[in-house]
Amino acid sequence: MAADRPAAGHIHPPTEIYEVSRAKIREFAEAVGADSPAHSDPAAARDLGHADVIAPATFPFLVVHRASSRVLSGPEWGLADASLVHTAQRIVPTRPVRAGDRLAVTLHVESVRRLAGRDVVRMRGEVHTDGGEHVVDTFMTFTAGGPDEKETGR
Amino acid sequence: MTAGRDYDSVAVGTVLGPLTVPVTRTDLVRYAGAAGDFNPLHFSDRSAQQAGFPSALAHGMLTMALAARLVTGWSGDPAALCDVAVRFTRPVPVPDDGVGARLDIRGTVTAKLDGRRVRVALDVRCDDVKVLGSAQAVVQLT
Repeated sequence: MAADRPAAGHIHPPTEIYEVSRAKIREFAEAVGADSPAHSDPAAARDLGHADVIAPATFPFLVVHRASSRVLSGPEWGLADASLVHTAQRIVPTRPVRAGDRLAVTLHVESVRRLAGRDVVRMRGEVHTDGGEHVVDTFMTFTAGGPDEKETGR
Repeated sequence: MTAGRDYDSVAVGTVLGPLTVPVTRTDLVRYAGAAGDFNPLHFSDRSAQQAGFPSALAHGMLTMALAARLVTGWSGDPAALCDVAVRFTRPVPVPDDGVGARLDIRGTVTAKLDGRRVRVALDVRCDDVKVLGSAQAVVQLT
C-alpha cells in the first residue's frame, strides 16, 4: 500500500456522472433473475409509483464499483486489483435507482486497519444525483495485501 | 396501485423460500457484463487456480443479488428492500461442466419493526455450506 495512503475521514470527491439507462437496468435485472416487470416496463413501474423503470437493490454497486476500483488501484491507494478481496457489503437505499438518473459517487473512507497481515479498508460509497439528491449508501469492506508484503509503518 | 405483502400477515419465524438457483459459467459471464466486473477470477479457471481455487468463482455481488431477489419476490414489491447487508465468507466455485453450482437461499423473519418493516435473516448455501455471513435485510411491507 502507498506510504501516504488516505486515512479514516478522507473523502474522495464525486466521480464523473453515470447515466442510468432502461437497457442497462433490464440487462442487470435479467442477469440476476429479477423478474418484476418494474425493471423492464415503464408502465408497470409507474403503476407502482415510480417515475421510470427501477433497478434491483444491488444495482448501485455497479456504479460504486467503477469509482472504488479506480480509486483503490490509483496512486493514492496503490492497491493492485488482483490483491483486492471484497469481504462485506451493505446497501441502504433512500429510493430505488431508476432510468434517467444521472448519478455520481462520493467515496468516504470509514476505516483503515491491519488484520491478520492484511489491510482492511472500509468505505461508504454515497450515491447521489447530479442535482444533489441522495439515492443510496453502499458500505464496502475490502482486504488487500498479504503477510509477505512489506508494510510501511502500520 | 400498491404492491407488497401485508405486515399483519407476517410473524417472527415466518420463512421465506427456499429459492434454489442454479449458477452456471454462462451466468457468471452474463453477470460480469451486466455489472461491469471483469475480474478474471469470475470467468477464468486459470486465474482462479492461480489464486488457489478449484475453478472460477461466482461474484459475491451475484450471490447477494440472488439473496435480495428472494426477499423482493416474497414481499411482492421490487423496491421493498430498505437495507441489505452480507459478508462474503465462503467462495462459490462454479465449475465449467455444464452443471455449475447450486445456491439454496432461505430467509426467516427475525423481528417486526416500526413502520411496517420486518428484519429478515438470510441463509445462503452452496453444497450445504453457508457462503454468506451475517446476511440480513430490512424489508418494507404494506
